[in-house]
Amino acid sequence: MSAPNQKQHLFDKPENVKRLLRALYLICIGLVVADFVIHRHVSLGWEEIPAFYAIYGFVACVILVVLAKAMRKVVMRKEDYYDE
Amino acid sequence: MSELPPFIIFFVAALLVVAMRGIVRSTILLAAPAVGGLHLWFNVDPGLIVSHSILSIDLIVMRTDKLSLLFGYLFCLASFIATLYAWHVKDSAQQLAGLIYAGAALGAVFAGDLITLFIFWELLALSSVFLIWARRTERAFNAGMRYLVFQVASGLLLLAGALLHYHKTGTLAFDHIGLEGLAAWLIFIAFGIKCAFPFLHSWLTDAYPEATVTGTVFLSAFTTKVAVYALARGFAGEEILVYIGVTMACFPIFYAVIENDLRKVLAYSLINQLGFMVAGIGIGTALALNGVVAHAFSHVIYKGLLFMTMGAVLYRVGNINGSDLGGLYKSMPKTTALCIVGALSISAFPLFSGFISKSMVMTAMIEANFDYLWLLLLFASAGVFHHAGIKIPYFAFFAHDSGLRPQEAPVNMLIAMTIAAVICIFVGTQPQYLYALLPWEIDYWPYDASHVLAQLQLLFFSALAFVWLNQKGMYPPELHSTNLDVEWFYRKLLPRWVHATVSLLRALSVSMTNTIRSQLISIRHGFSQTFVAKYYLSESWPTGSMVFWVAIILASYLLVDIFG
Repeated sequence: MSAPNQKQHLFDKPENVKRLLRALYLICIGLVVADFVIHRHVSLGWEEIPAFYAIYGFVACVILVVLAKAMRKVVMRKEDYYDE
Repeated sequence: MSELPPFIIFFVAALLVVAMRGIVRSTILLAAPAVGGLHLWFNVDPGLIVSHSILSIDLIVMRTDKLSLLFGYLFCLASFIATLYAWHVKDSAQQLAGLIYAGAALGAVFAGDLITLFIFWELLALSSVFLIWARRTERAFNAGMRYLVFQVASGLLLLAGALLHYHKTGTLAFDHIGLEGLAAWLIFIAFGIKCAFPFLHSWLTDAYPEATVTGTVFLSAFTTKVAVYALARGFAGEEILVYIGVTMACFPIFYAVIENDLRKVLAYSLINQLGFMVAGIGIGTALALNGVVAHAFSHVIYKGLLFMTMGAVLYRVGNINGSDLGGLYKSMPKTTALCIVGALSISAFPLFSGFISKSMVMTAMIEANFDYLWLLLLFASAGVFHHAGIKIPYFAFFAHDSGLRPQEAPVNMLIAMTIAAVICIFVGTQPQYLYALLPWEIDYWPYDASHVLAQLQLLFFSALAFVWLNQKGMYPPELHSTNLDVEWFYRKLLPRWVHATVSLLRALSVSMTNTIRSQLISIRHGFSQTFVAKYYLSESWPTGSMVFWVAIILASYLLVDIFG
């Protein structure tokens, strides 16, 4: 797998992964700050909550993954389940 | 010239394809959608009605308005891209099936009456199944069979509904039907099967991942979008569709998160995307319906793109399980980049096609005061980004290095994927051209500061959640597995019942035979104990001798009768 002459790829270097993640964190912070600078026009009550979409997106995904993971206990079977 | 239905072009091409070989055949395959699309674009205007009388029934083979025309352009475009992607395939069955399938889809959207619609509806089923069978595995064959059962059942319901509808209203015209009476419900369920309504959806997630590399690209474009068109035509504004649509948008994302087969993940996310369209049809306002049509357009292209990139991986690696892939960006950088464009489009990232179409449905949802359902759709939007936007590219091309170093996708595949990617970005950045083609007049523009900010917050914080869950080790790993879905009822429960019933009957018959036999034996045994059994005539005689003596007796009766 790691032949001596093998090329180094973009994400083989851990610092590049770190850079990418740091960029993501910065963008996220920037988006929350922007929420206080730009006045979003709202049509629903809950849209007025500061950074509503940010909170909702994060919470939604965590709930999605936690529930899906729990769902595995009920629905997951062996790969050849239907072939038996 | 303008009266030529575009499906004729495809069917004539299919005849030519049978006669030709090699490069000529490939050229005809590619020319059919190109000619069909140009014909629609330059020759055909809205408001056309072409009917032919067959067996004293007037069949309207071509009815054009802005709604059917936009689907017509879309299907020609999708068919062109898919054919280019399949340029290297030399399998006649697949080539023919692809061509007829695309032609049938065009026939269905231009059908002006329910009988014509039914004919193309069934043709869609019969042609597309060969794209599944062409995989030539036992699994694919069985999945294709189950697919066919659903599709043909849908067709039969449509026919029954159409005839009842004719009986009731005296017309076969395919216009707004509305949900009243048995006929309407039959047609509604027929459309619902093809549109993968909840509990009727498992044919899709069962069969699409089993089709060939190129077959799935065709499949993802036509069947379900014909159903969306049919629902928009026949049942716009039926509120039940809002609830069905929201359910479709929400439940598949859970499966998508834990599914290992990445083409099956895309199949689940296809249902999720259909959910947005179905909900939009249910709202039924001009904005919502325009959103549905625009979203169908964006969706066919980006979903096709995603299926193409996963197909390229399957083609090169021979397997498409998330658990066995990873690190492919190192040797397939172009496919990776194209996949990311598809992922951003399906996630409705600003500047990509999903954003300018999905936002119309979302806005229409608020305008129609479906506040809580809107929240659910927003949840589904975040979920799409999570499973299709991040999971697909991440597990295929990044994640842990699987050590696989497959070659980059073939040139024809790269060209097809690039065309799709360019359309995604073009539609996303220049939506006015797509908006101009939409059926209803509206004044809508997706790009304003608050909308873009809201969407970016939603998406970036979904990405943040993914990173956080991954770093905490809470993200479910990709595992070799099967996840039970509705198909369990007919793939496990039903066979189990049948099996149980058969073995119960068999056990019953065996025990009954045994009882009777033992009774007989004990009777004979009891008889042999009696004193009568000692006589010569009470011994067991062969049946033949009894027949012989009966014959003698009958013969003597006869003689007495004649001479007596």
